[in-house]
Amino acid sequence: MAIDSSSPDPRDLLPTDRPIQLLDVDGTLTEDPRWPIDLGDDQLVELYRLMVMARQIDAQAITLQRQGQLGVYASLRGQEAAQIGSAFALAPQDWVFPSYREMGVALVRGVDPADLLHVFRGTWLGAHDPAKHRFALITISIATQALHAAGFAMGAKLDGSDACAVAYMGDGATSEGDAHEAFNFASVFDAPCVFFVQNNQYAISVPVTRQTKAPTIAHKAIGYGMPGYRCDGNDVLGTYAVMRKALRHARDGNGPVLVEAVTYRMEAHTTADDPTRYRDDAELERWRARDPLSRFERFLRGRGVVDDDVAQTVDQVAKAEAQSVRAAIYDAPHGDPLELFSYVYAEPTQQLRDQRALLQDELSGQDA
Amino acid sequence: MVAITMAGALNRALHDAMDEDDRVVIFGEDVAELGGVFRVTDKLVERFGTDRCFDTPLAEAGIVGTAIGMAMYGYRPVVEIQFDGFSYPAFEQITSHLAKMPNRSRGTVRLPVVVRIPFGGGIGAVEHHSESPEALYAHTAGLKIVTPSTPSDAYALLRASITSPDPVLFFEPKRRYWAKEDVELPVETEAIGQAVVRRAGTTATLISYGPTVATCLEAAAAAAEEGWDLQVIDVRSLVPLDIDTLVAAVGATGRAIVVHEASVFGGIGAEIAAELLERAFYLLEAPVLRVGGFDIPYPASRLEHYHLPDVDRILDAVERSLAY
Repeated sequence: MAIDSSSPDPRDLLPTDRPIQLLDVDGTLTEDPRWPIDLGDDQLVELYRLMVMARQIDAQAITLQRQGQLGVYASLRGQEAAQIGSAFALAPQDWVFPSYREMGVALVRGVDPADLLHVFRGTWLGAHDPAKHRFALITISIATQALHAAGFAMGAKLDGSDACAVAYMGDGATSEGDAHEAFNFASVFDAPCVFFVQNNQYAISVPVTRQTKAPTIAHKAIGYGMPGYRCDGNDVLGTYAVMRKALRHARDGNGPVLVEAVTYRMEAHTTADDPTRYRDDAELERWRARDPLSRFERFLRGRGVVDDDVAQTVDQVAKAEAQSVRAAIYDAPHGDPLELFSYVYAEPTQQLRDQRALLQDELSGQDA
Repeated sequence: MVAITMAGALNRALHDAMDEDDRVVIFGEDVAELGGVFRVTDKLVERFGTDRCFDTPLAEAGIVGTAIGMAMYGYRPVVEIQFDGFSYPAFEQITSHLAKMPNRSRGTVRLPVVVRIPFGGGIGAVEHHSESPEALYAHTAGLKIVTPSTPSDAYALLRASITSPDPVLFFEPKRRYWAKEDVELPVETEAIGQAVVRRAGTTATLISYGPTVATCLEAAAAAAEEGWDLQVIDVRSLVPLDIDTLVAAVGATGRAIVVHEASVFGGIGAEIAAELLERAFYLLEAPVLRVGGFDIPYPASRLEHYHLPDVDRILDAVERSLAY
């Protein structure tokens, strides 16, 4: 693959001293010509709608888990701005390679949230068609999807396509060997790839300070010769603007970008986790004050784009959507057990046909 | 008819596959300018350019992981892992994603990736360059595992692997890379999943694959002098396994000895022996025996000939089988 063997100027690769923030915690916007937003009022309301939707469906998913309807669920609460702001910057042809906490990104890409919850319910291992929404299946083994994104981007480059690949990953994922290899491959091959790291401060119980000695995760980028951008991940507009610039950089043939969105996981790692064992209420309170949704709502109300009526309508629509997700999941039947053999290979082998027949016999024995 | 080596046949298969389908791309460590440490990818970069044959950074998980991404884009990557022992850094990408993603996606994602792995010992190499890890991968559902023993099969099976919609681990018996066969390429592509009778015989059946098929044929030649007429079966495809051909063969002789380089414990031989016991119990005159490497880490090169199954160890097993 043709590569640009020149070395970038290191000064162009380092993140800014402070996370890029356009919307402060009070919802006051300070525009920055280096990070243009270029969103109309309709798009601002759409961002808001998606964030409210993500929060409502997320809350519903936790409820469903508590009621025994999901085996486990990984909440995105607190990360709505990071996920929706970044995904909103994607072009339709771009592909997302998510981890398992990306309900917000999925919503932006038009994936049916019930399809994601079917995975947590255990209906199937994967329920949506990745190509339809350009949203790959959720990846549970940490950081492994970053290599798929890098490889996809290498393919896009070879093909002369203007598609970018975006790997969504967490702070802990940057410690994995696959993250290193993905950063390196994407950079060596100038692949149109963005590594979007949501630094939500914890990998289950282990704080980010134990993951790395790097000044920030964004600083890691320089070691791969790619720019590292660092943004306030609780600022939906700042995250959008940074991601927009990162995608343009990649799409223009300049190679990958590492984006670190500084945010916080407000809920437990998953519903199976007990965060009181490793973090205190005071910390939670500090982050609650930086809530991405209320910050954005304050801004929208100040701008006159959202008022009580709009907020109420958005809330009702989101609640209705969450209810329809609930209806799709609640007591949903599991997949057809005979399908277990259908997709292991393009054509089942003789061994699998024999085993399918065996299970079929077992099933008909149960019926008798 | 010209004499062609297995390495040459593999090279020709890659060349012809790339010629036929623009989506076939080759990458790995040292595969471009150098042509691979075994020269299997020799001159492909000259013919097809650096977009379709390129060197990667030195990282096996990276090679397999990016191959998965490229396959998701629509390419048909054929990647090289330089040596068997270096497939382990890619183990997670192979077992958690390459093998599982088509199933996880309920068939909406296909991964037509071929991972070529030179395997086995007998070349006097340093540690980690002589391993036979095929059972590790054969135990993982979703992969096809293919290994040729002759140049013409190397060509035919690699072509079939590249057109396969399923991911294939293609194990190349590195000590047979320079073995020659008089054959006119291209030969017909063979379907994956069919064992073949390499030598007809009536006394007992030797079942093998990859590098030890030739050893079995040598053993059969030596045994002929003793008046034993040994049948030799080349399994060729470990997954899927062609049990029907094995049962038919063993049914004719009543005695089976499975031969491979890998350690016998938990190996392919154990699987074949179990299958034969389940399906051909009343046709057997003797227990199915296994001949393989010992259950030890692969030894230093000057000791490897004590470890590797040879003609004597195979014939000893035949004798034990005949004693029943």
